[in-house]
Amino acid sequence: MVERKIRVLIAKPGLDGHDRGAKVVARSLRDAGMEVIYTGLRQTPEMIADAALQEDVDAVGLSILSGAHMALVPRVLELLESNQQQHVRVFVGGIIPDEDVPRLRDLGVVGVYGPGTLTDQIISDVRQAVSGAAVA
Amino acid sequence: MPLSPEGLMSLAEAVLEGNRLALSRLLTHIENDTDDGRAALEMLFSQTGRAHLIGVTGAPGTGKSSLVNQLASIYRKPQDSEPPRRVGVVAVDPSSPFTGGAILGDRVRMRDLAGDPGVFIRSMASRGSLGGLASTTSSMVLALDAAGYEVILIETVGAGQAEVDIARLAHTTIVVEAPGLGDEIQAIKAGILEIADILVVNKADRPGVENTERALRNMLQLSHPVQRVFHHHGRMLPAAKSGIPEEEPSIWLTPVLRAVSTEGIGINEVKSEIARHFNYLHESGDWQRRERDRLEAELNDLLQSALLSRWRDSITSERYRRVVSSLVERQINPWRALDMLMNGDQR
Repeated sequence: MVERKIRVLIAKPGLDGHDRGAKVVARSLRDAGMEVIYTGLRQTPEMIADAALQEDVDAVGLSILSGAHMALVPRVLELLESNQQQHVRVFVGGIIPDEDVPRLRDLGVVGVYGPGTLTDQIISDVRQAVSGAAVA
Repeated sequence: MPLSPEGLMSLAEAVLEGNRLALSRLLTHIENDTDDGRAALEMLFSQTGRAHLIGVTGAPGTGKSSLVNQLASIYRKPQDSEPPRRVGVVAVDPSSPFTGGAILGDRVRMRDLAGDPGVFIRSMASRGSLGGLASTTSSMVLALDAAGYEVILIETVGAGQAEVDIARLAHTTIVVEAPGLGDEIQAIKAGILEIADILVVNKADRPGVENTERALRNMLQLSHPVQRVFHHHGRMLPAAKSGIPEEEPSIWLTPVLRAVSTEGIGINEVKSEIARHFNYLHESGDWQRRERDRLEAELNDLLQSALLSRWRDSITSERYRRVVSSLVERQINPWRALDMLMNGDQR
């Protein structure tokens, strides 16, 4: 038996076309020894949940700069749950107004990261969130 | 936590019933080489051997993922009267040798396949293997086979000259080239081109495609046994341009095809050559030969690692370290060290 690698899906739902932040986070998680599945721009919540299912990931990172996070994030969480993947930890990065952060947290999002976040912070949060999740 | 016997049975059964979450979980178990993964595979093995395994390899950036995307799409929506096939995809990307992490980016090119329940795509990291696949890729393919995927496309890491493991695993190996990657010397070197059952010159809308195609055709003419016979009498006979002589059904001539995967051009031709190769394998008996060779080689791998771990258990790590330090200090030679470790020789 080999050491279990943390597998993370990094996805950009919605229509904004700026994925530098998503790529920086993907690269940082890679450098922290994780296996990062990168799916590219303009994903629907359905595509993201389908990829998370096929890849059996431990966490999903959503990068959203369009302002549509209060529509997209609940939809992704709902689809993960209907696929029986409620153990998958979801974190969000991008431009998220302060007042929305607690609302996202209440939905079950484990971390919300705006511009200027240290990647070390994201890495340690993901590690901690995943190790706390029930692994069947 | 290991699964109970009932849990294992239900995991294997759920995979056979087409449960995608169960399949996904099983693939993780297999990839991590867990006891549960192995036990489930033992239950599923009798259900395998039905899928056509198609390898797709080639240098980084030649368009392997785009070709896989297009091939999977066309198997799902055939342009001829054939029924759609269920398609599994295993895409391997390299692990970092320093951190063990990986970016698995092949799905970026496969977005056309999203949402289709007849397609299952799994990305995997090579995790230190050097042959273009991961050590557990063939077992992952077994699981997809048991789950009823009829065509399984296996995409290797961006491969250069030595990553030829795919030829052992796949029934049909497609090598993808692109214009401008190398001269004719590259084409006559040993390695990856030799394993091609089908050669695809991708990005064929780019300049230089004629040169690439010509270099590949020349390489194939040199390597083909029929041509050697033609040269035997010291006289050049016109080499067969394409197709095979009717009376020689047992020889497969590697076709060279042009494609532009991003536009979907030339994909139908690749698909029909894959079908022709499938028929060839069955008519010539090569299918059985390849299956036999592969299963035997995999059994050998299992034997090697089992024997190695049995031997490791038979010797104390302290003794092992002592022999290694004697070797490093050059008090003994490597073959003497081998004797000492294998035969318990104390001298």
